[in-house]
Amino acid sequence: MNSMLHITTLHYLVLGAALFLLGVIGVLTRRNVVIVLMSIELILNAVNLNLVAFSRYWQGMPARMGGGPMALHGQIFSIFVITDAAAEAAVGLGILIAFFRNKETVNIDEVNLLKW
Amino acid sequence: MFFLSHIWLIPLLPAFGAALMFFFGRRLQKASVSAVCVGVIVLAFLMACGAVWQYSAWSSAPENYHQPYQTILYTWLGSGTGHMTYLTHDGTPAPFEADAGFLLDPLSSIWLLFVTGVGMLIHIYSTGYMAHEGGYYRFFGYLNLFMFSMLTLVLANNYVLLFVGWEGVGLCSYLLIGFYFHRKSASDAAAKAFIVNRIGDAGFLLGMFFVAWYFGSLRFTDVTQIARSGRFAVGDPIITAATLLLFVGACGKSAQIPLYVWLPDAMEGPTPVSALIHAATMVTAGVYMIARSNAVFVLAPTSMKTVAIVGALTAIFAASIGLVQNDIKRVLAYSTVSQLGYMFLALGVGAFAAGVFHVFTHAFFKALLFLGAGSVIHSMSGEQDMRNMGDLGHRIPTTHRTMFIATLAIAGIFPFAGFFSKDAILWETWSREGGAYRFLWYIGYATALMTAFYMFRLMYLTFHGRPRMSHEVEHHIHESPRSMTGPLVALALCAIAAGWLGWPHSLGGSDRFTKFLEPVFAPEARVLQVEGRTGQLVAGVEEERNTGTEWLLMVLSLGAAGLGWGMAWRSYRHADKGYTEPIAAMAPPVYKTLLNKYYVDEAYDEVFTGRRKVGNVRLGVLGLGEASSWFDTHVIDGLVNAAGWITRLTATISSWWDKWIIDGIGVNGPAILARMLSYPTRLLEWGLVQWYALVMTAGLVGFVFYYVWH
Repeated sequence: MNSMLHITTLHYLVLGAALFLLGVIGVLTRRNVVIVLMSIELILNAVNLNLVAFSRYWQGMPARMGGGPMALHGQIFSIFVITDAAAEAAVGLGILIAFFRNKETVNIDEVNLLKW
Repeated sequence: MFFLSHIWLIPLLPAFGAALMFFFGRRLQKASVSAVCVGVIVLAFLMACGAVWQYSAWSSAPENYHQPYQTILYTWLGSGTGHMTYLTHDGTPAPFEADAGFLLDPLSSIWLLFVTGVGMLIHIYSTGYMAHEGGYYRFFGYLNLFMFSMLTLVLANNYVLLFVGWEGVGLCSYLLIGFYFHRKSASDAAAKAFIVNRIGDAGFLLGMFFVAWYFGSLRFTDVTQIARSGRFAVGDPIITAATLLLFVGACGKSAQIPLYVWLPDAMEGPTPVSALIHAATMVTAGVYMIARSNAVFVLAPTSMKTVAIVGALTAIFAASIGLVQNDIKRVLAYSTVSQLGYMFLALGVGAFAAGVFHVFTHAFFKALLFLGAGSVIHSMSGEQDMRNMGDLGHRIPTTHRTMFIATLAIAGIFPFAGFFSKDAILWETWSREGGAYRFLWYIGYATALMTAFYMFRLMYLTFHGRPRMSHEVEHHIHESPRSMTGPLVALALCAIAAGWLGWPHSLGGSDRFTKFLEPVFAPEARVLQVEGRTGQLVAGVEEERNTGTEWLLMVLSLGAAGLGWGMAWRSYRHADKGYTEPIAAMAPPVYKTLLNKYYVDEAYDEVFTGRRKVGNVRLGVLGLGEASSWFDTHVIDGLVNAAGWITRLTATISSWWDKWIIDGIGVNGPAILARMLSYPTRLLEWGLVQWYALVMTAGLVGFVFYYVWH
């Protein structure tokens, strides 16, 4: 079993960063508004992952440094983030529908009424 | 001494006549005009005789011995307070003064007598000649004005008053030549006379200024006295310049080369004008002026030589042209120029008395010739071309006889007037030391031969041979009225006898003429003798007269006259219609050149008037006009154009500056700057959502990096 990697916090962080990066790339690059919203969700989820990873880390840390078995700050915060993500997705979809009603398209490039 | 002290009345009487004509002439009858104008001249002549008589009495008194008589009426130019002073050549101040003064001495007496005498006869003649012409009062008014000017000239006591008379006779010459002003040739000839005269006047004025500057005075008595006082050396360059300039003036007035061209054209005027002005009186003014300045001229042997050479050349030049002219008056005109040349030749060799003597005799026979020609023209109903005359001798006998006498006189046949005066000149020329003078004698001798030839040619063509005129003219031939023939006879008597006044010593006479002029010229003869014999003083005034040589020369000149007469007799005696000119038969090109007067007028026209271009340039006065016009167009207007061009250039630069610099940088610059700056700034509000997201991400990454690294 030593051929298996010891999964440390770092791995989680890297994953989280990768997911974050993907999400950012998606927001910046994709044309479809729905995909952009999905990418935003991905970002948020990556952030969640990051939070949870650090929560687990601090659980392993001694209490005098702020850790211990009840150091669940990160996990609790991530529930806020999930709630926020849900609300945001609802609002985002509402904007999307309003936008679609106006422009008949879901291409984000067409959101250029303020373009000079 | 009434006439002497009232000598100023003599010029004033004809002036009064002229004024009367000017104001009232139009309303007067012809008889009144004649009475007034001829009357004043007769009075003037009588007064002149009286004045000369009284002068000879006055000057034979011991206290006035051989002095000129001067009377000054008032100071005309200059002030008595000494304010008009100028500095003479050596720095001494001299007052500029010209009085209205009159001088009577032997020289001016002679001129006074023959001017008034011949003038009187010509006035009488004109009453007959101009009887049927229009402008009668105008003619006599001008004639009287001329007499006034001429008498002022002759009686003046200073150069300035002489110049007044000089200009006056020039003016009257213009007025009278152009009397028939509606004829273009006449008005052209008048303008030509005045203009050529004016050129001479410029020289005269310059000479006068030199005299004033050098001698400190313009009065004849002062100048003569200073000149003879020995203050100046013989051959003084300023005096030479002054005398040469005075001679230029004389050339203009007395028609010498190169300013003679006006005299032949002056024949456009009525014949009495030609007789009076261009034969007897005005043209002798130059001779008078030089004779008057004899003391100054004697100080400049170079000028004297120039005068002699020009005179001799003019004599032979004009005589050669006169050989072939067909207009009767033109022959006489060239004859006048030629005889004037003789007079200047005499003055130039120092024989002043001989020159004056020739003036005196010439006045009579030349006036007679012109009046006779006028009589011929009158009888020929205005025909002047000798080719259309002939066989008039027995039809107009008085004219014929008087003209014959005049021709004998001018040809120099003994004992008529011209013989003595011409012979005196030739003798004086021969007896001067130096080969050049011999050469001048040869020229004078050849001229005498030519003179005889062309004068007798005139006689034969006009009065002898076969009649060549049209029949109607032939029917009208008649002798002239008494008013015209009377003066002819009077002048003929003078032409016979005038020469006897100068009967030379070699022929047993007493030469009273020269003796009379002694006070004016005698000291000169002394100076000249010193000049001639290389500084050796000669005792006594009388030079050794080689009477044998003198007789030989007399015989030779008689021979020349006779030879000329004979040649003319042979060629023209039987002149019929279509006669041939002997010169034309012998040498046609020579004939053509002489007939065209050596093309001098054409040359002057081209050079001095500039009628024809030489290459690309126009010469003369018109050339000056063209040059001025060129200067104005190219230089002056060029400058103006340049100024305009510079203005346009400045405007262009200014507009360039305004357009590119001011507008470009000043005005557009900030705008461009603003736009350049705004371009990136606009990106902040691009309107593209994902761009906003990208910018936000980039900013975030930047912050993170910043915090990580610091």
